[in-house]
Amino acid sequence: MSRHTLSVLVEDQPGVLARIAGLFSRRSFNIESLAVGPTEHVGVSRITIVVSVEGNPLEQVTKQLNKLVNVIKIVELEPGQSVQREIMLVKVRADAETRSHVLETVQLFRAKVVDVSIDAVTVEATGNAEKLEALLRVLEPFGIRELVQSGMVALGRGGRSITDRSLRSLDKTTA
Amino acid sequence: MSEKISGAQSLVQALETAGAEVIFGIPGGAILPAYDPLFDSKVRHILVRHEQGAGHAAEGYAAATGKVGVCMATSGPGATNLVTPIADAYMDSIPMVAVTGQVPSASIGSDAFQEADIRGITMPITKHNFLVTDAAEIPRRIAEAFHIASTGRPGPVLVDISKDALQASTTFQWPATLDLPGYRPVTRPHSKQVREAARLILEARRPVLYVGGGVIRARAAAELHVLAELTGIPVVTTLMARGAFPDSHPLHLGMPGMHGTVAAVGALQKSDLLITLGARFDDRVTGKLSSFAPDAKVIHADIDPAEISKNRTADVPIVGDCREVIADLIVAIKAELDAGGSFDYAGWWRQLDQLRSTYPLGYDTPAGGEVAPQYVIERIGAIVGPDAIYCAGVGQHQMWAAQFVRYEKPNSWINSGGLGTMGFAVPAAMGAKVGRPDTTVWAIDGDGCFQMTNQELATCALNDIPIKVAVINNGSLGMVRQWQTLFYDSRYSNTDLHSRRIPDFVKLADAYGCVGLRCDSAADVDATIDKAMAVDDRPVVVDFVVHQDAMVWPMVAAGTSNDDIMVARDLAPVWDREE
Repeated sequence: MSRHTLSVLVEDQPGVLARIAGLFSRRSFNIESLAVGPTEHVGVSRITIVVSVEGNPLEQVTKQLNKLVNVIKIVELEPGQSVQREIMLVKVRADAETRSHVLETVQLFRAKVVDVSIDAVTVEATGNAEKLEALLRVLEPFGIRELVQSGMVALGRGGRSITDRSLRSLDKTTA
Repeated sequence: MSEKISGAQSLVQALETAGAEVIFGIPGGAILPAYDPLFDSKVRHILVRHEQGAGHAAEGYAAATGKVGVCMATSGPGATNLVTPIADAYMDSIPMVAVTGQVPSASIGSDAFQEADIRGITMPITKHNFLVTDAAEIPRRIAEAFHIASTGRPGPVLVDISKDALQASTTFQWPATLDLPGYRPVTRPHSKQVREAARLILEARRPVLYVGGGVIRARAAAELHVLAELTGIPVVTTLMARGAFPDSHPLHLGMPGMHGTVAAVGALQKSDLLITLGARFDDRVTGKLSSFAPDAKVIHADIDPAEISKNRTADVPIVGDCREVIADLIVAIKAELDAGGSFDYAGWWRQLDQLRSTYPLGYDTPAGGEVAPQYVIERIGAIVGPDAIYCAGVGQHQMWAAQFVRYEKPNSWINSGGLGTMGFAVPAAMGAKVGRPDTTVWAIDGDGCFQMTNQELATCALNDIPIKVAVINNGSLGMVRQWQTLFYDSRYSNTDLHSRRIPDFVKLADAYGCVGLRCDSAADVDATIDKAMAVDDRPVVVDFVVHQDAMVWPMVAAGTSNDDIMVARDLAPVWDREE
């Protein structure tokens, strides 16, 4: 089993996500995480997909993705050459007795508390998957009441941009 | 300021501007606004009897002419009836635009009457599709649909238009340029790859030109002819490529694959270099993939990068239009020859000629005076000749039509290859005849297939589309029966159609305003074909009653190796093991 992070630039058109998800499901690839959002170009969205691959090579799926008319560009981001972040909100049981311990843990992980009530605090943390897992392990003994996690977003390291070349023509037509 | 028109008028004007000459379709509630301006349009609308017929007719039209075929249907069941032809066009890379009506945009998603999410349904079987709910968008989407359908690897594009968009007031604006940043098909082959391919070709001792339907879609038959004659390399043409290279040409070994010739299959298996042009290593060609052409390096040229190294890893991948690839290859090979390179395929040809002469295509004449279906098809091909168009359904008759009609020209053989759609022949022949009215068009059909779509005979009879249909009537689902004979101990579960009794195809033809003929003896086959050829004012249906147990040979059983091809039941060819 290998894990890959794909950054996909797409036209912001209805149905794009369904087309992409369809290709993955047809080949039985498991999407572990998915994040969609706008980019610095109007009308262009960026989708970050983390996919685990067993057996079938990923290449066929990326080629099929490239055939989708609304897909502009696909780049695979290597973990070593990219910054990868997820955001997590986690509601931890915390009463007067345990609250200070919880807050200490939160500080150690450079996370922050975004909501407090009598019996719980809600913690916001960002980081890569390993960091968030580690935080959860430490918070678990206090009692986790609820948690939500975003899909991973990632950018390549260094000064270059994957949008540079592929979107130059796009800017010209919209300008 | 352009004048105010309805979205429907804008649609019809867009179809005219895009170059549509013919639309096959059926009106209904949601698409109804479009049919009003269509009534006055110079675009010919042919009213079919079932939307599936409209779709296959558009495919037949496109395959015969190379132009974009257009079909139209209403929302819901009208649109879902187009699903099979759309999937068929997707598999066989046929340029097609399907226009469907959709319920008014305010009702979309509410399970309204005759609502189906046809855009969602057809996502995996279209090259692209659109849902249009704004009348102003209609011309742009039609322009994009025609462009996407006909460029790169051709395919079907669906444009679903809500009824309110058709009814809204708008102005017609044809886009000056198309804005498709994610769609840039590569047609120019990379010169370094072409030179590398030429080098491999010069080095090879047992090369084969493995030619697929892409050569026909790219209109590259003339270039292929030059390449083959320049090099003297043997040619095989897949089911989708029949006609891309003349069957009469001595370099042609015929069709490879599950029912290919021993020479064509053997050539691929023994080859040291496959020069793959617009073919996709389909399982029906490769047999068991792991033992396919085990000693061959692979040059793979295709306009679709996703086909390259999908099933078989390419040593030299070339992304590009087949016509440009072959033209560049010819130049590169000539350069190699000028630099002192040479070909020597004498030993290779000795081996292949031996296979070809030892195992020619053939069939047994049934004992007891019944007609051999292969004989009927062979005689149709011989009498009608290579200038005609032959359409087939799917099954035994299709394989025999691929084997025993001699094709000399591209676009003269139209069949459902990838999807294997029974019922394709009659509507496809109708579309082909509309596209090329001066060409004789024969549908070679099976009695099973024929009963799936023969309602379009009414369309043909009423619209002056005089196709000819040869029903190869063995009274059963013949190919399934053949598999039952071979692999299910001759237990004929649900394959007997009794269609020599019911229906009476001659009466059915008559009821549809066609000429109906019947032939049940070998002695009458030629005269019956002549009689059918003499009719040119109406469609003709000939019921050829043939032997029920005829089988398609050679055969590579599904999932087995091409090396295990059988020439006939329990008869394997003897391969020449000597080099």
